[in-house]
Amino acid sequence: MSETPKTTSKIEIRGLRKSFGSNEVLKNINLDVAKGGVVALIGPSGSGKSTLLRCINLLVVPDGGSVRVGDTRFAFGEGTKLPDVKTLAGFRATTGMVFQHFNLFPHMTTLQNVMEGPVTVRRMARADAEKLAREQLAKVGLAEKADQYPATLSGGQKQRVAIARALAMEPDVMLFDEATSALDPELVGEVLSVMQRLASEGMTMVIVTHEIAFAREVADRLIFMRDGVVVEEGPARQVIDNPQEAATRAFLSHFHRTGALPPANTVS
Amino acid sequence: MYQWDFGILWSYRWLFLNGLGVTVGFTVVIVVCGLLFGLLGAFGSLSRFKAIRLAALAFIEAFRCTPILVQLIWFYYALPILAGVEMTPITASALALSLYGGSFYSEIIRGGIVSIDSGQSEAGAALGMTPIQTMRRIVLPQAIKRMIPALMNQSIIQFKNTSLVSVLAVPDLVYQSQVAAHDSYRPLETYTAVAVAYAAILIPLTIIVRRGEKRLAVSE
Repeated sequence: MSETPKTTSKIEIRGLRKSFGSNEVLKNINLDVAKGGVVALIGPSGSGKSTLLRCINLLVVPDGGSVRVGDTRFAFGEGTKLPDVKTLAGFRATTGMVFQHFNLFPHMTTLQNVMEGPVTVRRMARADAEKLAREQLAKVGLAEKADQYPATLSGGQKQRVAIARALAMEPDVMLFDEATSALDPELVGEVLSVMQRLASEGMTMVIVTHEIAFAREVADRLIFMRDGVVVEEGPARQVIDNPQEAATRAFLSHFHRTGALPPANTVS
Repeated sequence: MYQWDFGILWSYRWLFLNGLGVTVGFTVVIVVCGLLFGLLGAFGSLSRFKAIRLAALAFIEAFRCTPILVQLIWFYYALPILAGVEMTPITASALALSLYGGSFYSEIIRGGIVSIDSGQSEAGAALGMTPIQTMRRIVLPQAIKRMIPALMNQSIIQFKNTSLVSVLAVPDLVYQSQVAAHDSYRPLETYTAVAVAYAAILIPLTIIVRRGEKRLAVSE
C-alpha cells in the first residue's frame, strides 16, 4: 500500500492490527514516515486514525504487526512477548504526544508541567530542566505564563503548553491527536502556527486532524482512513485536490479544502 | 429534677486523663496502620492481576460488611482457639480496628485514584513515565486532595470506634469512666463528661482540616 521509498524512514509500520473486543479497529495497516516528514491522518470518526496514532507510541498495544520508530522496533502477535514497562517507558520518552484535551497536569504550574518529563524521566538537574522548560515555553510564546496554573489559561494556551511539554523531552517524532478539535475556532490558529513552525524546523510529525486546509498546507503526505483501513494515500495536495477514491471524495466534500490557514489572532 | 454534680468527677481526673491518653494513642496507631492497610487494599483492588484483585476485595468486604464489635471479640477470643494465635487485648483490638478502618480507607483511596481522568495517566505515559512514576507524580497528588474529606471523616469514626475496645478491658477513656461511674454512682455526669471530651478533641481537628482543604483548593 505504501509507495514511500525506503531511504531513511523514521517511522515504519507493517501489518498493524488492533481489535477492541469483537470490533476490529485497525486491519493490516502499513505506514512509513520519512525523517522530517509530516503525515496527516484524516478520516471520519471511528475510522481508526486515533488508534493508529496511539499505536505508534504504544499507548495502545497492537494485536499484530510491527512498529518501528528510529532504531527501536517492536513486533506483536502470537509468540511475541509484550515489552516490559521499563522498555515501553523508554520508548515513549522518544516520541512526543499532544492530546485533543491537552491533559496538562492541573496541580503543577505551566513551568512545572514542562519540567516534569525532563526531571522525572530524563533525570535532568532541576536548574537545567528549568532552563530547558523556559526555552520551550518561549518557543510557543508563553514565557510570561510560566508561573500560572493551567486552569488560568485559554484552550489555545493550554495546547501550546502541552506542545512545549512534549518538546522538552526532545523527541524524535511528534504525534498530534486532534490537537485543535477541542478549541474555540478563534484559538485554532495559534496552535496550528506553532505546529507549522515545528514542521518547517524539520520535526517528523504524524497529525490526526480535521483541519483539511492545514493538512494541505503543512503535511507532505496524507492518509485517508475509513473502517480501519487506509483507503487512499499520497502527497497531501494531490489527495486533497484530486482524490481518486469515491470514499475520499465523499469525506472531503464536507470541508473547505483550500484557502489561508486560520490566522493566529483573529476570528476565523 | 435531677441534681447535676460534676464536682465529684474531679477526684477521678487522673483516671480520665489516663484513659484519654490511651484513646488518643490508640487512635494514632489505628489511623496510621489503617491507612497502610487501606493503601494495600486500594492498590490490590486496582492490580492488573486477578488473584490480587480478588484477595483485596475479600479483605475489604470481610471487614467492611461485619460489625466492628464482632471483629474485636473474634480477634481476641476466636483466633487463639482456631489459629493458636494468642494476643493481648491491646494487640487484638489494634489489629481489628486497623483492618476495619483499612477496609473503608481502601475504598476511599481507590475511589480517589479512579476519579482522576485517564488522560492524566496517558499524558504521563506519553512522556515516558513508568506506571509507578505516573501514580506518584501525577495521579496521587491530585487524588489525595479529593480523598482528604472522606479520609478525615473515616478517621473521626475511627477515633470514636476506639470506645469499643473497652469490651476487651483495654483501659481507654470509656473503660476508665465505667470504673469511675461504678465507683461514684454518677453515670450521668461521667458519661456526659466523656462525650464532651471526645467532642473537645474532634471539633478543633475538623476546623483545622476544613482550613487545610480550602488552602489545597486554591492551588487547582
